[in-house]
Amino acid sequence: MSFYEVRKEYAGFDFKGFFAGVTVDRVKRALSKSRLTEWDYLALLSPAAEECLEEMARKAHRLTVQHFGRVILLYTPLYLANYCVNRCVYCGFKANNRLERKKLTPAEVEREAGIIAATGLKHILILTGESRRHSPVSYIRECVKILKKYFTSISIEIYPLEESEYAELIAAGVDGLTIYQEVYDEEVYAELHPAGPKRNYRYRLEAPERACRAGMRTVNVGALLGLHDWRTEAFFTGLHASYLQDTFPDVEVSISPPRMRPQLGGFQPRVKVNDKDLVQYMLAFRLYMPRGGITISTRERAELRDHLVRLGATKMSAGSCTAVGGRSGHESTGQFEISDGRSVAEMARMLYDQGYQPVYKDWQMI
Amino acid sequence: MEDTFKIGGRELTSRLFLGTGKFSSNRLIPEAVRASGAQVVTVALRRIDLEYEEENIAAYVPKDCILMPNTSGARNAQEAVRIARLARAAGCGNWVKIEVITDNRYLLPDNYETIKATEILAAEGFVVLPYMSPDLMVAKKLAEAGAAAVMPLGAPIGSNRGLRTKELVRILIDEIPLPIIVDAGLGRPSEAAEAMEMGAAAVLVNTAIATAGDPVAMARAFGLAVKAGRLAYLAGPGETQEYARASSPLTGFLRD
Amino acid sequence: MKIILNGREEVLEEGMTVAGLVALKGVNPDAVIVEYNYSLVKKEDWAGITLKENDRLEILRFVGGG
Repeated sequence: MSFYEVRKEYAGFDFKGFFAGVTVDRVKRALSKSRLTEWDYLALLSPAAEECLEEMARKAHRLTVQHFGRVILLYTPLYLANYCVNRCVYCGFKANNRLERKKLTPAEVEREAGIIAATGLKHILILTGESRRHSPVSYIRECVKILKKYFTSISIEIYPLEESEYAELIAAGVDGLTIYQEVYDEEVYAELHPAGPKRNYRYRLEAPERACRAGMRTVNVGALLGLHDWRTEAFFTGLHASYLQDTFPDVEVSISPPRMRPQLGGFQPRVKVNDKDLVQYMLAFRLYMPRGGITISTRERAELRDHLVRLGATKMSAGSCTAVGGRSGHESTGQFEISDGRSVAEMARMLYDQGYQPVYKDWQMI
Repeated sequence: MEDTFKIGGRELTSRLFLGTGKFSSNRLIPEAVRASGAQVVTVALRRIDLEYEEENIAAYVPKDCILMPNTSGARNAQEAVRIARLARAAGCGNWVKIEVITDNRYLLPDNYETIKATEILAAEGFVVLPYMSPDLMVAKKLAEAGAAAVMPLGAPIGSNRGLRTKELVRILIDEIPLPIIVDAGLGRPSEAAEAMEMGAAAVLVNTAIATAGDPVAMARAFGLAVKAGRLAYLAGPGETQEYARASSPLTGFLRD
Repeated sequence: MKIILNGREEVLEEGMTVAGLVALKGVNPDAVIVEYNYSLVKKEDWAGITLKENDRLEILRFVGGG
């Protein structure tokens, strides 16, 4: 059964009614279990659970240290191209936004790679907009070839591919996939994706499964917070992660809880997701999936990220830049504004100060 | 609302499966079945002893029970399949407990051959309940192969040592979407209750009942223990405070 | 002639049927299962099967087991 079918089983579920029925006792019962059901997870995402945040934090911290140790994996995003044929209403790169479109040449990829590698990072996430014409799989493969000289782990955050295409990129040296469904609610999804191949909800939703079948080592899923009710979106993100872990026990599964940031086009979040909500989501997920990764990007401000280190985070980006070619002095518009502009060295120092270790290189395919 | 569970399309109310080996007299079997409330009863298929006329065990199993022949004696998947087919052809219904044992020192099951036998028999329409060493990957493969339940051992067969594999069985209960039936090793009613409290769907007991001083009374004790353990599981255990509360909060910085 | 009965060699008269052998061994025919050359044969067919050299016969029954 694909996750699309799993997701359908919850169609019409009365979340409002469920949340209304959650008591503090119900939350505490979920807190006392070692293996939570999805309903325990949902209880921890409920408004009633806000009263138990500190208890949740204690347990989440303990579980994270138990399963991961006091370490945070550092990585950085590298934008290869911003050509895009979609019109996602909330995105700075959407096709109908007027910005300079650019795609890195092999020489530029090499130059950016050198700059990033000099910071000590060994894990990189490469991104493109969705344009099979400008950034075909063959182009990604060429870039991966260059990047392999500098990095031990290469993740992709690009448009959804066929299983055979994932296999091709894995053969070239890709080991991780990040793909956000953005919105798990199918109706809202249709509304926010008015044109382009991304309109195909199911094809995108099943992309992580195709990648896992092709042999992807790590997958990272997420909903963009601010587009729809965060509690249900967090629920489905967790459910998706849990489904992938059950179906592909050997894959490393993680989630991202990205909150919307200001971007070109000025689309305003439909829903406010404050720090407390973000923390509740992270903690609930940690309790639901003690071994699941949690990725925190530079969308979040420095001061908050410093606290999130001890609240379940396992991966953080550092020295980020969301513009194509931005590191080697090319002036162009980024996909969104970053809010933690610290360098890799500054991030490492912050981690050491908290008694944590930065991990630059987690693993390498031999 | 009665607490029932389903295996192979049959709705069961009793969560104690009873084995019929080692009873000092077959006449105790129907009494033990009644006292325990068991609905599923296991038997074995053997070559007859031509020198010595034995009784037919099936005659002692109450007619309303599900007879579950085991494949004991099988040393590989092929032999287990053969025994299962014979038992079914002999009118034993289509339930079968797969038991493939190549180790005569501990009588531990051969998981690899068990998976193979499960695959073949499930495809032939058997309701397959494989006895296995608790291992998550093996349990997943058994589920994929079409098993109707998974029966991890609590301790080596006949050892009466209790739930020694607790942590591994707990993982199966958490991760496998099939009934988990703890089979083998449970020596006391309290141990059966413990397995049920953990969320096992049922337990299979033979030696502890058959070799007790009063097997019928022990059968009743096990029946009650399984009920109690199940009730406790359904009731949801209360909270235990694992850790003292620390003084400096992790979430004190949150103001909005 | 020789047959293999329950894994052991057995010398029998020519013309012996399965039903005859079961009777000869004094086994209650209602309580056993007969497997003839690896396939189960029903009781009503026992009389029609004449044993021949090197046949394999298994006479089985259900016994107590866990």
